[in-house]
Amino acid sequence: MRVFMLGWEFPPHISGGLGTACYGLTKGLDELGVGVCFVLPQAVPPEATSHVSLRTPAHVPADAMDEASAESIAVGHIFENVDLRPVAAVLQPYATPATYKESIKRLIAQKRRSSEEGGKPEQVEALEGALQEPIPRGPLATGAGLHYDGDLMAQVYRYARLALEIARAESFDVIHAHDWMTYPAGLAVAAATHKPLVVHVHSTEFDRSGDNVNTQVYEIERTGMHGADRVVCVSYLTRSIVTSRYGVPADRIEVVYNAVELPAADALPMKPIRHDEKIVLFLGRITMQKGPEYFLMAAKKVIAKYSKVRFIVAGSGDMIAPCVELTASLKLGSHVTFTGFLRGGDVDRVFRMADLYVMPSVSEPFGIAPLEALSHNVPVIISRQSGVSEVLTHVLKVDFWDTDEMANKILAVLRHPPLQKTLRDAGQIELKKLSWRDSAAQLKHLYADLTVQA
Amino acid sequence: MASVVFYFQVHQPYRLRRYGVFDSEPYYFDEARNEEICRKVATKCYLPTNRLMLDLIDRYKGDFRVTYCVTGTIIEQMRAYIPEAMDSFIALANSGCTEFIAETYHHSLAFLYNREEFIEQTRIHQDMTEEVFGQRPRVFRNTELTYNNDVAKTVEQMGFEAILTEGADHVLGYRSPNFIYRPPNCPDLKMLLKNYRLSDDIAFRFGNRQWPEWPMTAEKFTNWVDQINGNGYVCNLFMDYETFGEHQWADTGIFDFMRALPEKILATGKNDFLTVSEAIQRYPCVGEVDIPHMISWADTERDLSAWLGNSMQANALHDVYALADAVLSSGDEQLIADWRKLQTSDHFYYMCTKWFADGDVHKYFNPYESPYDAYINYMNILDSVRNRAARPPT
Repeated sequence: MRVFMLGWEFPPHISGGLGTACYGLTKGLDELGVGVCFVLPQAVPPEATSHVSLRTPAHVPADAMDEASAESIAVGHIFENVDLRPVAAVLQPYATPATYKESIKRLIAQKRRSSEEGGKPEQVEALEGALQEPIPRGPLATGAGLHYDGDLMAQVYRYARLALEIARAESFDVIHAHDWMTYPAGLAVAAATHKPLVVHVHSTEFDRSGDNVNTQVYEIERTGMHGADRVVCVSYLTRSIVTSRYGVPADRIEVVYNAVELPAADALPMKPIRHDEKIVLFLGRITMQKGPEYFLMAAKKVIAKYSKVRFIVAGSGDMIAPCVELTASLKLGSHVTFTGFLRGGDVDRVFRMADLYVMPSVSEPFGIAPLEALSHNVPVIISRQSGVSEVLTHVLKVDFWDTDEMANKILAVLRHPPLQKTLRDAGQIELKKLSWRDSAAQLKHLYADLTVQA
Repeated sequence: MASVVFYFQVHQPYRLRRYGVFDSEPYYFDEARNEEICRKVATKCYLPTNRLMLDLIDRYKGDFRVTYCVTGTIIEQMRAYIPEAMDSFIALANSGCTEFIAETYHHSLAFLYNREEFIEQTRIHQDMTEEVFGQRPRVFRNTELTYNNDVAKTVEQMGFEAILTEGADHVLGYRSPNFIYRPPNCPDLKMLLKNYRLSDDIAFRFGNRQWPEWPMTAEKFTNWVDQINGNGYVCNLFMDYETFGEHQWADTGIFDFMRALPEKILATGKNDFLTVSEAIQRYPCVGEVDIPHMISWADTERDLSAWLGNSMQANALHDVYALADAVLSSGDEQLIADWRKLQTSDHFYYMCTKWFADGDVHKYFNPYESPYDAYINYMNILDSVRNRAARPPT
């Protein structure tokens, strides 16, 4: 079994849970003997990714349009660690427009025939789109496309175009596309290869943007979900959005929960030397979806009762400025610290300092961060409006809008060490029930199902 | 001769209202919800079951006999919300075929934390039982059958003649619960041990269709009881009264089973029914059972872990009893009453994290979303009690 996997981010270059999930799932699949060819839109360093054969468009050389040569190059790299070229070298224009056009025509004609024979129209359409999209110049964006400005859409289609090139040189049994940016690529590759397509919904446009959805993104998501053979959702919460807002039949959806990698036993942090302040942590993108303003409003109420506390807001996002203003207007300046975006070691460090982690998300398809907090032995409060609340019982839960209750629970954890201890003890046991390997086993089963059908 | 000894526990706690850290009013109990639950339990269990018991007592003219323990907290709530249920218990007391025994008025774990408070709550319960049911209890059972040698010694000194507890395998070993025993160094106290197999066949397994013995009939059960003949004197069937109609719904046939049982038991000619005091008077002690560690009738562990199994429970229990002096010396009757209602063991049971994730019996009876919510709510209320105790009422 070999999977052609399309992703948008991969550690260490991540901005959220998507990269972490892709890493965990591919690692789990690798342990189960499932080969993965992971296509990533940017060059990433090879460390910590030995279990996956990473393919980035950097591997598509200038003469890749020559199918024969593309194949020979790709095969040579499949079971090796990634040997990356500088990002700037990625975007060589296609060498000979003539051969390119020829191959487009050939493929489209072929697909039209297969469509008449019952192929999925969404896939054919995506393929035509991918092939006809003019290829812009310049480097691909790094990380997740969280802002829709610039030429993100163009990059999405260019990614599809380049993924298609890589796919033609690879052999695999199933295609697995993570989140909307890779759906057009998934559809195009499925159309070109006749392999079954799984799309994996880590979040939807409704989670990210509330009801002010970007219709172009929505359309891509919808097309991807309907064009796929199977849709994987990260929670039942997301599944319900996918059925109600995107009209995908429930029997084509499977829920596969995310997990967390437990730190090695000796890496479990000792509590650092403490000053006399307790630390309550918010860590995530500072966006509408994550509810940072509810965290600050709860902080205001906590401080009225308990003053030796610091609220850390870690992350970046488009709500940073309004949140700083809110902090000032609530006169919370001396109790709130904004750290900006944290990576790797800094994330570990801030978790180690924290007495409590709060995830006040307005809409959270899953939410891996609370699992990471628990894995650092930090008790958590999570919003009921989250997928992760379907799997965690030994945590405190609140409605994100109920800042009185949020403050009530924050205060309880700060004031009552036995509550912290019980949450920690039970949380550790609960965490052991969640593993990427189990999630990957569910995927493996799903792949087997699809390839038998095919 | 084997005598069936039925003892039914009747109890409801005062459930707490949602009490946030920003609340400060001295009103802790969710009256609407407590009334609703008491009405529901009365309708489904107390009223129909009492009617059935009265019918059976009537029909068998003194040969059908049962024992009750009714807590102070449910008596108060029945008086306030459902006097007709109260009346039917009084009718049972007047039948001459029932015995009412004692426990701590508030169904508390006071024995573990405050011996004087334990004795006081037991005395209040004895007084109440005498006043309401016209008989002063001579037999004691501690909350949830929590028991060890010290409990026995304490209640012996209080003048009780017998005590009930769980016939747990790990304390009985090869011995049978179907005899009368004595605690060590308690010459004046006898002990009756719950036959948990036969009790739980009724209380827990009756309606379970996966149980190989399902459906259980009065004939079948009588057969099992009859097997005690020659191997014991008593068949101690101890259970929550809510077994009838609430834990086992009416549609399981639990009422029909109970209605049919006395006739079958009595028809053997070798078996009868006794109350607990009658049983200890008729039968001799066969030996001593030494129970130095605390046991209870809860869960498979038969220990305290349902109420005192995690740090939150230990902390909440410790803190409520730490207020004893301040509360009792305040002279504030309302404050003392509130504090005692907060000692009811159910509040700590709701904080139990054992099996919480699996959602079982603990969850079914839990008014909170999680044990953590139960703890947080309780500790907020305790803050208010502490503040009131520190400041004399104005």
